[in-house]
Amino acid sequence: MHTDLINLKDVGRAYAPPRKDMHPVEPSAEMNQQTVWMLAVRDGRDRAAFGALFDFFGPRLKGFIMRSGTNGAQAEDIVQDVMLTVWRKAHLFDPHRAQVSAWIYQIARNRQIDVIRKERRPVPEELKLPETDEIDASQILAVEQDAAQLKAALAKLTPDQRAIIEQAYLGELTHQEISAQSGLPLGTVKSRIRLGLERLRHDLKGLREQ
Amino acid sequence: MTAINHHTSDALLAAYASGNLAQPFALVVAVHVSMCIECRAALLAHQTVGGAVMEAGAQAACSGGLKASILDRLDDEPAPEITYARSSIFPSPVMAALKGKPPRWKSLGMGVRQSILSADDTGSVRLLYIPAGRAMPDHSHSGMELTLVLQGSFSDETGRFGVGDVEVAFDDLEHTPTANVGPACICLAAADAPLRFTSLIPRMLQPIFRI
Repeated sequence: MHTDLINLKDVGRAYAPPRKDMHPVEPSAEMNQQTVWMLAVRDGRDRAAFGALFDFFGPRLKGFIMRSGTNGAQAEDIVQDVMLTVWRKAHLFDPHRAQVSAWIYQIARNRQIDVIRKERRPVPEELKLPETDEIDASQILAVEQDAAQLKAALAKLTPDQRAIIEQAYLGELTHQEISAQSGLPLGTVKSRIRLGLERLRHDLKGLREQ
Repeated sequence: MTAINHHTSDALLAAYASGNLAQPFALVVAVHVSMCIECRAALLAHQTVGGAVMEAGAQAACSGGLKASILDRLDDEPAPEITYARSSIFPSPVMAALKGKPPRWKSLGMGVRQSILSADDTGSVRLLYIPAGRAMPDHSHSGMELTLVLQGSFSDETGRFGVGDVEVAFDDLEHTPTANVGPACICLAAADAPLRFTSLIPRMLQPIFRI
């Protein structure tokens, strides 16, 4: 396996205006609704679409945050921080790489940890988006289909298996406990890794050619 | 271009995504992901699982005013966020841990230097500078140790580690990492407990250097 050492630029300030060079993605009928809303927020600063994202993710985020022991009022503070980050950092959302819920999940976990531990979590360098207006609808749909398959696979797990996955991604298991869990049907995760890797290689190639 | 041969584990990436990794280890994982697109892709996959768990999980109704309060704040100027750019061999998460300043190297003898980024009861993370041909002081660890190479390379009983590679070692490994010929080896090393030296002199120095 060969990997490039990535030389990256920092992303700069937290808020950046919508990128002029970013060609708005034409919402496709096949794309899931959250992706369409998120792209309208990113490319059009669309407040109605943002409101729709809040209606969908707000109660899910609050439920998720409260499950790891945070009280309702503090959970709502975190929901507010997360949703404002979604608005301010929308330019970093790339549907070719990640599904909306995956992106929001990481923002939420980072924020919750920062609040609980009162420290800033180390985050990887942002991988700069290639400055290209090339839109690959089939890639966006592949990312979504993969996520849909993953959800279907999770739904088919036994209650015990599902509980373990939930605990792990709620941050309730240590890495030792996670590595002790074997035999979970995570084949779809492997296909998701391949998909992501192909896209990252494509993006890096684009960056080098600039 | 460098081939990365030694990666973080899936369990470490899942624990990192879910936020259940102590700060010293989270830093090493963040730096490795910054340098390795395979692990970046794997992290994306773990985030997808996390997103699916969040979407499918129990919902809790938000209080009536929350949406309006958020919408009202969309135009607020956010508090400026300090960000740190990569500087030479140090990816941005290392620069953030250094608060944008160069490392403050302290000599450990024999040309070996360290710069402690953080150290407390839960663990420690430091930069180590090891001249070519020199060994890290003999040590064993009481828990896990992650060592990531930022410059040069080292070899120990388990193999050779070059730029971007990370060695995941547990307490059953008593090893002597030695810098290979070439530029000095600079590593980022995290441990969840103070290292225990196996020879007398470094053991006496341990409380002084907090290694």
